[in-house]
Amino acid sequence: MTAALLPFLGLLQRELLHFVRQPTRMVSAAASPLLFWVLIGSGFSGSFRLPGGGGGSDSAAGIDYLQYFFPGTLLLLVLFSAIFSTISVIDDRQNGFLQGALVSPASGRAIVLGKVLGGALLAWIQGVLLLLIAPWIGVPMTTARTLAACGILALLAVGLTSLGFACAWRTHSTQGFHGIMNLLLVPMWLLSGALFPLSGAPTWLQVVARLNPLTYGLHLFRSALQPAAALDSGLFASPLLPWCVTLAFTLVALGLALATVRERSRL
Amino acid sequence: MTPLPPAVSAEAVSYRYGDRLALDCVDFTVDPGVIYGFLGPNGSGKSTLFRLLATLIPPQGEGLSILGQVLGSATTDLPALRRRLGVVFQYPSLDLDLTVGENLTLQGRLFGISGADLSLRRSRRLEQFGLTDRVGERTRALSGGLRRRVELAKALVSDPRVLLLDEPSTGLDPAARRQFWNLLETLRRDDDVTVLLTTHFFEEAEGCDRVLLLDEGRVAAKGQPSELTAEVGTETLTLSTTDPDELSRVLAERYPDLPTPWTLGGQLRLSVDGAADLGRRLHDEWPERVRSFMVGRPTLEDVFMLRTGRQLREESAS
Repeated sequence: MTAALLPFLGLLQRELLHFVRQPTRMVSAAASPLLFWVLIGSGFSGSFRLPGGGGGSDSAAGIDYLQYFFPGTLLLLVLFSAIFSTISVIDDRQNGFLQGALVSPASGRAIVLGKVLGGALLAWIQGVLLLLIAPWIGVPMTTARTLAACGILALLAVGLTSLGFACAWRTHSTQGFHGIMNLLLVPMWLLSGALFPLSGAPTWLQVVARLNPLTYGLHLFRSALQPAAALDSGLFASPLLPWCVTLAFTLVALGLALATVRERSRL
Repeated sequence: MTPLPPAVSAEAVSYRYGDRLALDCVDFTVDPGVIYGFLGPNGSGKSTLFRLLATLIPPQGEGLSILGQVLGSATTDLPALRRRLGVVFQYPSLDLDLTVGENLTLQGRLFGISGADLSLRRSRRLEQFGLTDRVGERTRALSGGLRRRVELAKALVSDPRVLLLDEPSTGLDPAARRQFWNLLETLRRDDDVTVLLTTHFFEEAEGCDRVLLLDEGRVAAKGQPSELTAEVGTETLTLSTTDPDELSRVLAERYPDLPTPWTLGGQLRLSVDGAADLGRRLHDEWPERVRSFMVGRPTLEDVFMLRTGRQLREESAS
């Protein structure tokens, strides 16, 4: 193993150890999305009808709100998990761990990637674990669907954790980060089509949603899980567009996270 | 024999935060194997100096060299320099959710050390610091003194040539402080490490081989602690009184030949030979003014006061 990889692996392992040692974090990252899913999902299931769709078991009409909301719930879990793991950057700075790492010979890149990929891995694992319940709630899974869903989830996990890191690095208090979370990250989720199909929404909302990279990621994810409920295809000029945007979002966010540390730690 | 090149040297090092000059033309040289102390009150610039030396902030000039590498120069191999530098911050940089052993392992990995080499260095430091039986304990559960020891062990896993310590005694009780200093002595002897530390305790600075007194970003004095205190005199008389200014005045009227006293921690001090006799005489003469007296030796606190006209410690601490 090359010595250059050691700092990265050490920091990645640290993220995993933290997660295992803080069971409350595990519960809080998973509990609120599940709670939302049960409460919002059950509340709407009586009155919610997907637009269009005739009969048939795999058509839109056969999908209830709990099922429709499931991909959005998974995305929220990944988002919360990314937020919880990157918020620790602020603690690391306050308690001195970060300073210790910054004066070590480890590169800024290793410090960022250790944190981001460690956090993304945790978010992804939790997402995949939740994906396992899909067949029980009436979202039938095939091997192809599972693989596609896992891949898209990984892209989104890296993108969101990178975005969280880039925000947290510039924030000097956890309160400040909560502000970013409430004004940027959660609205991104709300406007991604997680709660309702965008194709039936007012035009201004559709415009905003089109500017939101998560819209594309969620569409990909939903298409993989329940093609019949992915009603927003009409919003995208080409079926390739969601892939391009999601990939670009992940790479840009990762680049942003990498650039943040380089600008601060260079002598 | 040619003298060894200095471990650390500073030539006209200045540092500015916006309009405020934190360091103003600071010069010093640290020879290898020396314990070198930076003594100064809060705001004297020693923290800035520490952050510069630790490579945490970029220098504003090329006056600072560590182990022959000029900081801030385009040719500096920063990772190579950092590999030979051990840094212990004032606030512990330990990961409290990891065990003692895991903290040391992570530090080793950050320095690119792994495998048998890492376990060897790790166990050596754990043993040296009496931490072997604590290896599996989370650092959160340890006392302040023990955490300091882990902190030091962690900084030494990479076998640094230069060790930087920021206010190492803060939060330690006297016993833990003594133990910490014994460890530093051992390190200097066995590992030939050059130690640079900041402190605002003059007692701690007096344990250093060389010391630099820093006041408002400028060098107030530097040299061996014993030489610096010898400049003040050999004996000091400390007079406990409710009104040092008043006592100083009557003293100057009654004994015009005495050297000028100074106030330190609310007490009047003067450097004079035959301090015990003078103290007794003054106490008998003005029992109301001179509540008690104490004979001692000049300290670096006196040196600081006489050089800068300011007290090293906060008034409330006395």
